[in-house]
Amino acid sequence: MSDMTSKARLTHLQRLEAEAIHIMREVVAEAERPVMLYSVGKDSAVMLHLARKAFYPSPPPFPLLHVDTTWKFQAMYELRDRMARDSGMELLVYQNPEAAENGINPFDHGPLHTDMWKTEGLKQALDKYGFDAAFGGARRDEEKSRAKERIFSFRSASHGWDPKNQRPELWNIYNARKHKGESIRVFPISNWTELDIWQYIQVNDVPIVPLYFAAPRPTYEWEGQLFMADDIARLERVLGYRPEIVERPVRFRTLGCFPLTGAVESTASTLSEVIQETLLTTTSERQGRMIDKDAGGAGMEVKKQQGYF
Amino acid sequence: MVDAAIYQTDALIAEDIDAYLEQHQHKTMLRFITCGSVDDGKSTLIGRLLYDSKMIFEDQLAALETDSRKVGTQGQEIDFALLVDGLAAEREQGITIDVAYRFFTTEKRKFIVADCPGHEQYTRNMVTGASTADLAVILIDARKGVLVQTRRHSYLCHLIGIRNLVLAVNKMDLVDYDQAVFDAIVADYAEFAQSIGIDSFTALPISGIKGDNITALSANTPWFQGPTLVEHLETVEVLSSVDADMPLRLPVQWVNRPNLDFRGFSGLIATGSVKPGDEVRVLPSGKTSTVSRIVTLDGDLAEAVAGQSVTLCLADEIDCSRGDVIAAAANPPQAADQFEATLVWMNDDPMHVGRAYWLKLGSQAVSVTVQQPKYAVNVNTMEHIAVKTLDLNAIGVAEIITDKPIVFEPYRDNRALGGFILIDKLTNATVAAGMINFSLRRAQNVHWQPTDLTREDHARLKNQIPKVLWFTGLSGAGKSTIANEVEKRLHLMNRHTFLLDGDNVRHGLNKDLGFTEADRIENIRRVGEVAKLMADAGLIVITAFISPFRAERDMVRKMLPAGEFIEIYVDTALEVAEARDVKGLYKKARRGELANFTGIDSPYEPPEAPEIRVNTVEMSAQEAAEYIIAQLLPLK
Repeated sequence: MSDMTSKARLTHLQRLEAEAIHIMREVVAEAERPVMLYSVGKDSAVMLHLARKAFYPSPPPFPLLHVDTTWKFQAMYELRDRMARDSGMELLVYQNPEAAENGINPFDHGPLHTDMWKTEGLKQALDKYGFDAAFGGARRDEEKSRAKERIFSFRSASHGWDPKNQRPELWNIYNARKHKGESIRVFPISNWTELDIWQYIQVNDVPIVPLYFAAPRPTYEWEGQLFMADDIARLERVLGYRPEIVERPVRFRTLGCFPLTGAVESTASTLSEVIQETLLTTTSERQGRMIDKDAGGAGMEVKKQQGYF
Repeated sequence: MVDAAIYQTDALIAEDIDAYLEQHQHKTMLRFITCGSVDDGKSTLIGRLLYDSKMIFEDQLAALETDSRKVGTQGQEIDFALLVDGLAAEREQGITIDVAYRFFTTEKRKFIVADCPGHEQYTRNMVTGASTADLAVILIDARKGVLVQTRRHSYLCHLIGIRNLVLAVNKMDLVDYDQAVFDAIVADYAEFAQSIGIDSFTALPISGIKGDNITALSANTPWFQGPTLVEHLETVEVLSSVDADMPLRLPVQWVNRPNLDFRGFSGLIATGSVKPGDEVRVLPSGKTSTVSRIVTLDGDLAEAVAGQSVTLCLADEIDCSRGDVIAAAANPPQAADQFEATLVWMNDDPMHVGRAYWLKLGSQAVSVTVQQPKYAVNVNTMEHIAVKTLDLNAIGVAEIITDKPIVFEPYRDNRALGGFILIDKLTNATVAAGMINFSLRRAQNVHWQPTDLTREDHARLKNQIPKVLWFTGLSGAGKSTIANEVEKRLHLMNRHTFLLDGDNVRHGLNKDLGFTEADRIENIRRVGEVAKLMADAGLIVITAFISPFRAERDMVRKMLPAGEFIEIYVDTALEVAEARDVKGLYKKARRGELANFTGIDSPYEPPEAPEIRVNTVEMSAQEAAEYIIAQLLPLK
């Protein structure tokens, strides 16, 4: 960071970092009860690191909220608990009781799994704790409807997003005013690309889940894609049979529920190699995720209108 | 069809990833927008830039090919616009509604491009995109030349302070790459640009669809010497880099107090640089101190510059909080409470002269009122037009009065301390973008004439506490009747009162006002001022006005000392008031002979927490008056 002190122009990463920190401080100054949505992925990792920088030497003055589906990778739960400890932040874990009661899972219930655990779970958690501003790690380069979203994204009392009528957002002046019950989703890393995230992790030594690096892991094939058998016993219970497990050198480009997150065969075991592979790949990042395919081209936009991040 | 062989990445990535990353890490960033008239090919150009810089993945390309055949407008060719129009409504209608942000990188720079809507009704979204841009690419369809929207967007870009303008004459393929067409358009635009104060621009003949002069000079335009669009974007000087050479300005966002031993002031440095030992001045208080530390998670810094988010510690325990500005001690900005500003109105609800709005500038938020515009600008002719208000998408100049001084600089000198937004107090909508032109000296010229007798002296002689009893409610609710009863009772109690009645005031003081929303606001403002003067004279003032809007009632409340404004809500259901219809007004309104009638075609916003509420169905006017008097006691 020593070159930050020169009068030379700031690099793009320095500008992006300063912007994200500015956004977080605005929220803390203006919102009554902010929270950071923490999904344990690499974008969340960067967002948490930025929060620690923004408020140092204070710990970030808001809790972390993990909307859990119970189907995340074991390694994600481990890093989550460690990061909450290290950052000195309160960790709130929310699991939609209705989804738990009905045994909602990715195999039997398809899109309903995401809807119940994530979309509904998120809305329930925000209502339960009365959060009026929630940080999310979404980036505009991820998906077409996200490319259109404001940094301060206003949501109705029922968490809906009205993409055709967004508040104008001028300069770096954010309007955080809202009525009771309404809330704001805030995306401090809106302007970061996947490469920026990786590079920032590398330059700042940000801890991430080891699943991003290639290693021999137990895998199975399902609907033509490769998945990791993170909890074989549970898989067997839900599927009613034991899938054929083969150990392969794999890694993950994004992390979500283990039965929904496609693995890629890879030998990239260092950050540089992962970045190299990312840059040389010819498919987009979310391609391994099944959520975007649910409703054709407008999948994410519809989900966002319903209250998904 | 797309040639799959085009898809290649930078060779260095495969050969030496660490060298590539080292190079990439030190790239600068350019934020730019594309704008211009509908169908001039903005989205197509961005699609082309992404495609040529290899930012489109195979799966996206496959989806694009499918979409192009299904809903595209380019026959069997790829419709790049589909890459950027992200919302379902946009794809259906084939138009751009909101700004889309896209990202690409070349060997020299990283780019964020905002694709701005061309339709006039989405101007506010265009301004949103322009406000963070270092450069604007203004597209012109070579077949159509300079259009209204071209002028409008150029003017907005200039207004918002974008100094790097690129005139991209697009669709050159459709005019046979004719130099004469290009030259004529450039000459036409140059004349217009000069008339609005644009000193320079860079003109390029391109084709977004065919790729001419985007990344490589085109053989189709041998008469054009370059640069290509990408070359220009890679090398143009980013003006924000000179911010570091200006005097220090750090708007304080947040005070960092983890424990009693640490007090830091966090914010983004707007301009200038700062080092430990620098003398600084905190505004608006004007107190000075010295910077003791620049604190970050990675260790203290020896210096920080414009564009960085930092936490400063000061050597002295001086008062400093959110909204204050830490500035170079020798060269501080001013504070003032009256400005002339240029406004871009962004809401369907027009500007209400005299109504209170929130103004947010940097981390400062104050209550303001906007005066009647001096003029609006006709963006087609650049003529100044006399107007009473500003409607959606109108641009005008008006005076703004804040309820306390704010720290500012003219927008042309400092964007961070000169740009602001206005927020509607009721809907919380961002209704306008504003740019401060200068502060008005009038605040210093109109002094309060000091008087020897104070308002307390006036009140003491009358042996009472001044009050304003503000009756509000629907027409026919019983306001005037009850107000009259209240005044009679106070008079018998030897209290000095005066009743201001809505109908009576409109015969004199306010006879120039009608019943439009703007006139109703002015009506209440004047009555509020008169009531305040009378309260200063020691009177108990009673007013009976429909006063339908919460914002105006709150405005009057804020004019008076705490506790002196008593809001009395005469709560009568619309059906009841309409059935009474003492003056026959409801019947007229229902017949459409009376426009803007409260309760019929104009809203009534009931008080949320009135000091006193009376219900005229449950009580008679006399009972209501007795009840109100009981609530008011004691009166001295």
